Amino acid sequence: MARAVVTMPAQAKRGEIVEIKTLAQHAMETGFRRTQTGELIPRDIIRRFTCSYNGVEVYRADLHPAIAANPLIAFTTVATESGTLSFQWVGDNGYTVTEIAPIRVE
Amino acid sequence: MARETRAIQDDDATNPGMLWVLDGETLWNNKAGAADRSCADCHGDARESMKAVAARYPAFDPARGRPLNLEQRINSCRSGRQKAAPLAYESKDLLALAAYVARQSRGLPIKPAIDERTRPFLEAGKEAFYRRQGQLNLSCAQCHDDNWGKHLAGSVIPQAHPTGYPLYRLEWQGLGSLGRRLRNCLAGMRAQVPAFGADEFVDLELYLMWRARGMKVETPAVRP
Repeated sequence: MARAVVTMPAQAKRGEIVEIKTLAQHAMETGFRRTQTGELIPRDIIRRFTCSYNGVEVYRADLHPAIAANPLIAFTTVATESGTLSFQWVGDNGYTVTEIAPIRVE
Repeated sequence: MARETRAIQDDDATNPGMLWVLDGETLWNNKAGAADRSCADCHGDARESMKAVAARYPAFDPARGRPLNLEQRINSCRSGRQKAAPLAYESKDLLALAAYVARQSRGLPIKPAIDERTRPFLEAGKEAFYRRQGQLNLSCAQCHDDNWGKHLAGSVIPQAHPTGYPLYRLEWQGLGSLGRRLRNCLAGMRAQVPAFGADEFVDLELYLMWRARGMKVETPAVRP
């Protein structure tokens, strides 16, 4: 169950700055830890997070092994027009989660 | 608890424990076991039926003749009613279900039912709280009664009020039960560590919940 939660206002005034909070469920295994018997636990992290607003990329983040589990990424964008924001998390071992959130701009 | 930690906890958009709560909601509605029933088939909408339930656990179970904690109650429902294999302690699914059920009590006062049936177990838990144990010869009370508010390494020693379990510990990078917390404490005292769900843990949990009576449930809490 790969899950992600996006919290943002459903509507905004044109030109308003909206805050978007995203939370993705992921263990973010660093690749540096070992098991009790000494074997290396392979790395398993989210590599990239992107947010597109009506198809135009407005935010992107590269994630690295030192980032905590269940990464919380909060950022802002300017509400320009009604439409949808799509969020995508891509990571090791084929991890892909996509979330879509509509926004109404007046 | 630091202001920053509380801020993470109080906003559902940033509280990572909510990921488990949402998983728990899915599991609540999933059919499982030979009986092919979901939790919702018997209990309906958890937001109504599970309201304030976690606030009175561990609760007495007449069949076992002793109190059960929330995880054990979920598992007894699973094996008894759903005819499914019980979930392992600390497994993601059990934590998710417990977090979802306990979430429905958020903001309500803790109120364990203490009567003639549960009193012996409360007394046993109290005895365990004040009993010195382990190579360091410490009791729970020496930290959590006598020295709360001071620091143990970088962390503030709390008063051992289990108001938010299962909770998200930043140190664990995940959700964990009170049993896990108690096992951590006992290992730190270099005492013998009982298995998850051991009777003595449930007794101690009952005593700790009784100590915290009246405080509000915070599940899923966030702690450093």
